[in-house]
Amino acid sequence: MDVGVLAVQGDFREHRAKLQRLGAHVAEVRLPEHLHGLDGLVIPGGESTTIGKLMRAYGLDDALRSFEGTVFGTCAGMILLARDVIDGVPDQLAFGTLDIVVRRNGYGRQVASFETDVTLVGDPVPLRGVFIRAPRIEEVAAGVEVLAELDDDAVLVRRGRYLAASFHPELTDDLRVHEMFLASVGRSRSAGLHASNGGLRVRA
Amino acid sequence: MSEFGTLRVKSGLAEMLKGGVIMDVTSVEQARIAEDAGACAVMALERVPADIRRDGGVARMADPTKIQEIQASVTIPVMAKARIGHFVEAQVLEALEVDYIDESEVLTPADEEHHIDKWGFTVPFVCGCRDLGEALRRIAEGAAMIRTKGEAGTGDIVNAVRHMRSVFGEIRRLGSLSPDELFTAAKEHQAPADLVRWVAENGRLPVVTFTAGGIATPADAALCMQLGADGVFVGSGIFKSDDPSLRAKAIVEATTHYEDAAILARVSTGLGEPMRGLETAALAPEELLETRGW
Repeated sequence: MDVGVLAVQGDFREHRAKLQRLGAHVAEVRLPEHLHGLDGLVIPGGESTTIGKLMRAYGLDDALRSFEGTVFGTCAGMILLARDVIDGVPDQLAFGTLDIVVRRNGYGRQVASFETDVTLVGDPVPLRGVFIRAPRIEEVAAGVEVLAELDDDAVLVRRGRYLAASFHPELTDDLRVHEMFLASVGRSRSAGLHASNGGLRVRA
Repeated sequence: MSEFGTLRVKSGLAEMLKGGVIMDVTSVEQARIAEDAGACAVMALERVPADIRRDGGVARMADPTKIQEIQASVTIPVMAKARIGHFVEAQVLEALEVDYIDESEVLTPADEEHHIDKWGFTVPFVCGCRDLGEALRRIAEGAAMIRTKGEAGTGDIVNAVRHMRSVFGEIRRLGSLSPDELFTAAKEHQAPADLVRWVAENGRLPVVTFTAGGIATPADAALCMQLGADGVFVGSGIFKSDDPSLRAKAIVEATTHYEDAAILARVSTGLGEPMRGLETAALAPEELLETRGW
């Protein structure tokens, strides 16, 4: 299947390498037309303000709003998907497609960044979570599935075709979260979600 | 149990900065311009390198008040510089909770033989290098990010290019050596053999590698990216130009779209005068900052 990694800034190469290891065909997305024909998109870690500004400057914000594939955001990517962002910049780009409230740098500055084991719901094997100036999920609306937790915080959530993590599964060797994403891409694809218009609509 | 300051956590922040522009700023106003232009981090400084060069005197860590004001005014990571070998300046910067420390040749060195032992810190460090051996010595000391040095405060890209050609060329050369030759290469580079072997096997440095020193235009930034940099530091090049905000945005866009000449042409248009600059070749050896570091 064809998936993309938003490649305007951040650790997109790490995501690409993981998805390729799992057999996906991966394109780098820097301009709206690069979304064409993709079944899924990863928005990587990076600086959410930088990524947001570069998306706006090249019309990728509108293109993503009309993108019908599965979207997976990690860290900065999760901030972009959230309904509400606390402690953002005044023009913080947030698509609001995932009904969660996140606080930017909610675990503190870099000296408070950490790695730890998180618990995947229904999986006895812990997952190593790397949290870098991570956003903290402060509210999860009804209907949003919590797939992993750290103490009392949700750290991996899903609703419909949107998946988001406050940590960086792309920085460890564990492939489970990326497998979840690709499984979700596969499900929406076979459900024919994109068949109606022969792919994506990209707004001019 | 949570672990803080592991190499993965330290180098992880550098991974997040990739493809971005880190801008030198000396005031809250400049920090806001940088964030608004899309900088992925700022470097809080007392003076930009061009002014350090002009004013002379001893260049030290910035006043904590300045660093704290800048931290309070932006949401992106804030870095700050410590003098080479000045581990107490580094302790102070860690206590201020800066996000990265640059152990920098732009400041006046505090130690003529030793760099800071960076393993003992929770805060990550970035260090400069001119060649592969210097990069690997810094990594052995615990640097979680590397930047090639260039010649800061000149607006002249030539030394940045020389240092990148040297580092990336040497990495390619290591890949062609046999295991026994790698031991000799380690001696030549004055670098630990295990790091030399890692680089030979993986074809890159084990940490994120940015470029610094002399970047003044969007084309300069894209040149560094095409030569293999993971991102760029821009010091004097932005706030010593005619229109810092416009130039900063253009350099951010050029760093993302570094392979798209049509976009590079568009963002290079109508920026006003770049920083005037100094030709590096005309500088006396004692005026060079790049030779600081051992």
